[in-house]
Amino acid sequence: MTTITIDPITRLEGHGKISIFLDDAGNVADAYLQIPELRGFEQFCIGRPVEEMPRITTRICGVCPEAHMMAAAKACDAVYHCELPRTAKLLRELLYIVFFVTDHSTHFYALGGPDFVMGPTAPKAQRNILGVIHKVGVEIGKKVIGMRGACHDIIKQMGGKSVHPIGALPGGMSKGMTKEEQAAILAKGKEAVEFAKFSIGLFNSLVLENKEYVDLILSDSFTHRTYNMGLVDAKNRVNFYDGDVRVTGPDGAELAKFKPADYLDHIVEHVETWSYLKFPFLKNVGWKGLVDGPDSGIYKATPLSRLNVSESMATPLANEEHDRMYKTLGGKPVHQTLATHWARLIELLYAAERWVELASDPEVTGPDYRIVPDKTPDEGVAVVEAPRGTLFHHYKTDEKGLLREANLIVGTTNNNGAINLSVKKAAQGFIKNGQVDDGLLNIVEMAFRAYDPCFGCATHALGRAPLRVSVHDHRGEMIKDLRR
Amino acid sequence: MAKPKFAIYWAASCGGCEIGFLDIKEKILDFDAAAELVFCPCLMDTKYSDVEAMADEEIDVTLFNGGIRNEENLHLAHLLRRKSKVLVAFGSCATEGCIPGLANLSTREDIMDYVYRRSPSVAPGNTVLPQLETETPFGKLTLPAIHENLRTLGQVVDVDYFMPGCPPVEEQIWAVVEAILSGKLPPKGSLVGVNPKTVCDECPRTKDVKKVKAFRRPHLVSLREIDPEICLLEQGLLCNGPAIHAGCGALCPRVNLGCRGCYGPAAGIQDVGAKLAGAIASVIDSDNPAEIDGIVDQILDPVGTFYRFNLAGSFVGRRVR
Repeated sequence: MTTITIDPITRLEGHGKISIFLDDAGNVADAYLQIPELRGFEQFCIGRPVEEMPRITTRICGVCPEAHMMAAAKACDAVYHCELPRTAKLLRELLYIVFFVTDHSTHFYALGGPDFVMGPTAPKAQRNILGVIHKVGVEIGKKVIGMRGACHDIIKQMGGKSVHPIGALPGGMSKGMTKEEQAAILAKGKEAVEFAKFSIGLFNSLVLENKEYVDLILSDSFTHRTYNMGLVDAKNRVNFYDGDVRVTGPDGAELAKFKPADYLDHIVEHVETWSYLKFPFLKNVGWKGLVDGPDSGIYKATPLSRLNVSESMATPLANEEHDRMYKTLGGKPVHQTLATHWARLIELLYAAERWVELASDPEVTGPDYRIVPDKTPDEGVAVVEAPRGTLFHHYKTDEKGLLREANLIVGTTNNNGAINLSVKKAAQGFIKNGQVDDGLLNIVEMAFRAYDPCFGCATHALGRAPLRVSVHDHRGEMIKDLRR
Repeated sequence: MAKPKFAIYWAASCGGCEIGFLDIKEKILDFDAAAELVFCPCLMDTKYSDVEAMADEEIDVTLFNGGIRNEENLHLAHLLRRKSKVLVAFGSCATEGCIPGLANLSTREDIMDYVYRRSPSVAPGNTVLPQLETETPFGKLTLPAIHENLRTLGQVVDVDYFMPGCPPVEEQIWAVVEAILSGKLPPKGSLVGVNPKTVCDECPRTKDVKKVKAFRRPHLVSLREIDPEICLLEQGLLCNGPAIHAGCGALCPRVNLGCRGCYGPAAGIQDVGAKLAGAIASVIDSDNPAEIDGIVDQILDPVGTFYRFNLAGSFVGRRVR
């Protein structure tokens, strides 16, 4: 028995290790993707004022802090039972959609894309963003860097910081928008639409016109028939910021559509001894182990899942591209994991178009970008779509709004079961008769990379701290004895 | 001449330092021209075995972000120390523990018990916990042990430079990278990527004009009540600015929210909480001890506010039983 480990897995956010067991013939008997860490967020959030949660939970993930800020702020709104002014909602969704443009672009160009641009078995020193820039040319490199930079500048302008923004708080945003800022952001949004179209063009020429890649995408080694989950608007269209959670089966039929507050009726988390990361599954289907199919509660929550659970996209160009993908791949739902890259670019186009819509709205510069909550805080659940899956924040507070309990199910955690299925199947498909090399192992890594996983997010993990601090002034005299 | 070799590694971190690094934007191309990135799991495919195979001190500079939370983090801290000529604690986690350091208010058992047993979404009655070793039908799977507390990089290995910030801002990152590339490094042990004095010195708001009778929470003050020109602390909104090192440009007060301290204690400040208590006392509009107590009691979470970023690196460091 031989064990192959890939440690660490790379071009993702966070830590992970793949262990592959070969049988005596050198074929894959089993494979696991293990998550080696846990940081304890849920425990240490207890006792914190709820309005600080948007500023604390961002540190779960520096790649998608905006997702945690928005989920936390929406959960705060729910805790305080407050309804936001329209301007506040527009500002939040605008910041969030700008974030999606940078995040999905980062994945395509820096994390997942190098496998296609450079080739899955290219030398490992070249399979990265710098390799991509060297290959496609510095002009395209500058275009990508420019778009990412513009998005981060807007996030900083609207939310205070470009990484770990802070602007969302219970009842709205901490800062409004001027007409000058609006005009500049709108102009940038139009550039973002062109950038998204350009990126899809690149995907067409680099991937879809390459038979080898298309065969890889369509191969059984990268296919799993699981349930799908995603947030939809009232017309069952993809929405990242708000809506109901819809779950459809391996056959595409709706299994459930539920309000965020009802998530515990639908999702349960299973624990395995070999990973610190839990395995969420659909409560009404059940945990059957790491298997796919209609009897297994394992589901995916990815860009492809969001398209699979929706009827259409809410913007015209993205919807055309949506129709083209499903026509090409044989209709809904699509179960080919690598098609997630295509779905992500369709979402990039949707995000750019939605950016223009939101930035064009005259009310985005309105004066009422925040209200003061007037009800007693108690409990609230909120959901947003993080780029890498459905994100749940659930808080319970005392009557002052201090956290008593927090529960988080994050984008990538949803996909833990499915990612393990995908890694094992890809390993079984490509490692044969003991033949293993760096290129083949990278193809196995492509199985998780399609999910754009964020194991930093997934390993967030809360207590009352009986800590006492005596505070002294600069003369050394105790002026306060602080304790919780 | 060969280009200097850089590594960017994350231990118990969030990835924000890597994204912060990418925020240097087009200068990434200048970096690529002047240096060679040899290890960065976020962005490239170098594996641990590749690092193990490097000669000692083969890496010129490692920017190490994240705290030390488990055996894997500790192993990599020692490995990268050995393989690097210069080791920089990069960002708040490696420098002072950052927000994940707040976990030191809880025990490891509390954290594990919540995550795998008491969480409302975990399967009811679950008794399974992750184990360091699991025998499967085909072989053994191992997990690194989670430590009792989160430690800073400087608490486990010798560190050459400390660069605070959550994450460090792009201008500071580029300034430090340029200093490294041009060989203009300050004495070992220095804090780098900061500006002189405190966040207040970079804040556009006006100070010493108001005293307060109450401390208020930012979402409970209507936006029309917040004066955009005056010091937030002097408006009764908690701001850690007086105790925190300058370097970020006072980003948070510029969007009407108080500093929470991600750039760490300013020079000469031993304890952020003690310094802030002094700053808070100085803005209270009262001489009556009972009234002062009442006003200070309005600060709901002094530990989580004053020590939000520096608990692990502070004197207290962890929960004291």
